[in-house]
Amino acid sequence: MTMPYYVAPEQVMKDRAEYAQKGIARGRSLVAALYGSGVLIVADNPSRTLHKISEIYDRVAFAGAGRYNEFDQLRVAGVRHADTKGFAYSREDVDARSLANLYAQFLGQVFTHEMKPLEVEILVAELDAYGDDHQLYHIAYDGTVVDEVDFTVLGGDSDTISERLSSSYRRGWPLAEAVRNCVAALAGPDRTFEPGDLEAAVLERGSSRRAFRRLSNDELSELMAEPTAEGSSAAPEGAPESAGQAGETPPDASASEGPKAEPAGEPPAVPEAEGI
Amino acid sequence: MSLPLFPAGGDPGPSFVDLLCRSALPDTDRGRLPRRVPPAAGGTIGGVTGAAVEGGHAQMAGVPHGTTIVALRFAGGVVLAGDRRATEGYSIAHRGIEKVFPADRFSAVGIAGAAGPAVEMVRLFQTQLEHYEKVEGLTLSLEGKANQLAQMVRANLPMAMEGLAVVPLFAGYDTRRKLGRIFSYDVAGGRYEELEYHATGSGGRDARTTVKLGYRDDLGVDDAVELAVKALYQAADEDSATGGPDPLRGIYPVVAIVDEDGYRRLADEEVAERFSVLLGSLERVRRGEPS
Repeated sequence: MTMPYYVAPEQVMKDRAEYAQKGIARGRSLVAALYGSGVLIVADNPSRTLHKISEIYDRVAFAGAGRYNEFDQLRVAGVRHADTKGFAYSREDVDARSLANLYAQFLGQVFTHEMKPLEVEILVAELDAYGDDHQLYHIAYDGTVVDEVDFTVLGGDSDTISERLSSSYRRGWPLAEAVRNCVAALAGPDRTFEPGDLEAAVLERGSSRRAFRRLSNDELSELMAEPTAEGSSAAPEGAPESAGQAGETPPDASASEGPKAEPAGEPPAVPEAEGI
Repeated sequence: MSLPLFPAGGDPGPSFVDLLCRSALPDTDRGRLPRRVPPAAGGTIGGVTGAAVEGGHAQMAGVPHGTTIVALRFAGGVVLAGDRRATEGYSIAHRGIEKVFPADRFSAVGIAGAAGPAVEMVRLFQTQLEHYEKVEGLTLSLEGKANQLAQMVRANLPMAMEGLAVVPLFAGYDTRRKLGRIFSYDVAGGRYEELEYHATGSGGRDARTTVKLGYRDDLGVDDAVELAVKALYQAADEDSATGGPDPLRGIYPVVAIVDEDGYRRLADEEVAERFSVLLGSLERVRRGEPS
């Protein structure tokens, strides 16, 4: 007679979390940040057709990092949920919070009950069409939801990327500045991105009902290229251009690796999974 | 509500109608119009053709009906216009109802028939097109959209037999072929592509005649709008269930243009201006002056 092994629940959860984290760390990262008239999402994704960023509803966008097939299944479920809800009630009744909760429930359920957790991290973003109360919900593989302020980073290497971004982030910055800094944070000191290596989209306030818009390669290169001509116009605080572009403003050692005292009390972007 | 996930074998794909059928939504009748409705109390439907709606008498008593929609092609797109009146029997149910809607960015749909099911069908159609676009990451071709609408009209056939017919008119800009196209339907879901123009609803016949007399292959967008406005005016002049311009209340027909820039609706002021120009020229014709 064989005795079944006893495995402590702590160990099971730890193993699963490690497994999921490894899978996510292999994936490419993405950044979502608020800007003057909405939400910008930029992903390291050379594919033109397999999207990491998509539209869910009028003011709601989705982004996923990790295993493509798994987050794409979640994306389609999100579109289905939003469209049925909007059809059954009204378009105004579709919001990011309830969708984020559904995702969290599902991910949490899979994490605790299934053999294999989903190797994904997802973002649900909602544009506030009337004010600046945009929402960014960051949902981890285990169902942890974080209501992020200002910006968030998904995927592997998210800690270093968010550290880089937190040093350059400025509330209400214009789109071009946001794009340049997000791309720089995503790239880090060792890489440079061409527009073709990136996927970018915005949820922008405007006349259109559907606020989601993809940025084309041309538009992206225009936004990225702008050196400092208009970007730094009337920037009173002299926001550090950590883009590494030799800007005319004296950049304070744009290596960005330097431990900048305490730039802002940013919570860690990715919840520590070990503590579960 | 839980996250709508389906097993691989039962996935509804990009179809919103299938999705509604598969998800148990307590708050809707699953997107379908109710199966059973009491038989029409007043009139009965004359025959299962587009003419059934145009007959005017083929209405269910007490249910508002929509009326004249006209569509015509011009060099770079299509114009779709519709009056604003809904009737219940011989009385006017609404003066300002809208019967021309954007279906998506590059297409528009106009409706004639029972107002309730028609507006619901448009809502379902709009959601379906957007749903497909989001799930698949691509927009349907114009022909694909026209076929989707045909399926919805066909699904409504049992209700049409009981007096709640819906006959849409679909027009859009085909971004692949770079031209405007018009599709007409009958109550049985038959779909017919119209090469020049079409009109539907109880005033459709009068509108078609008016367009026929002024239609040319090389119409510009302005001429097309002018002709559509004229057709609606003439239809309202002949048909009691079609409303004309109402300057007192500021209610004017909806005129929409779909071209390579997408759907746009003309402002009421512009439509009002068009009507006053038209009335001026008609008046001159009556007085025997050169128009």
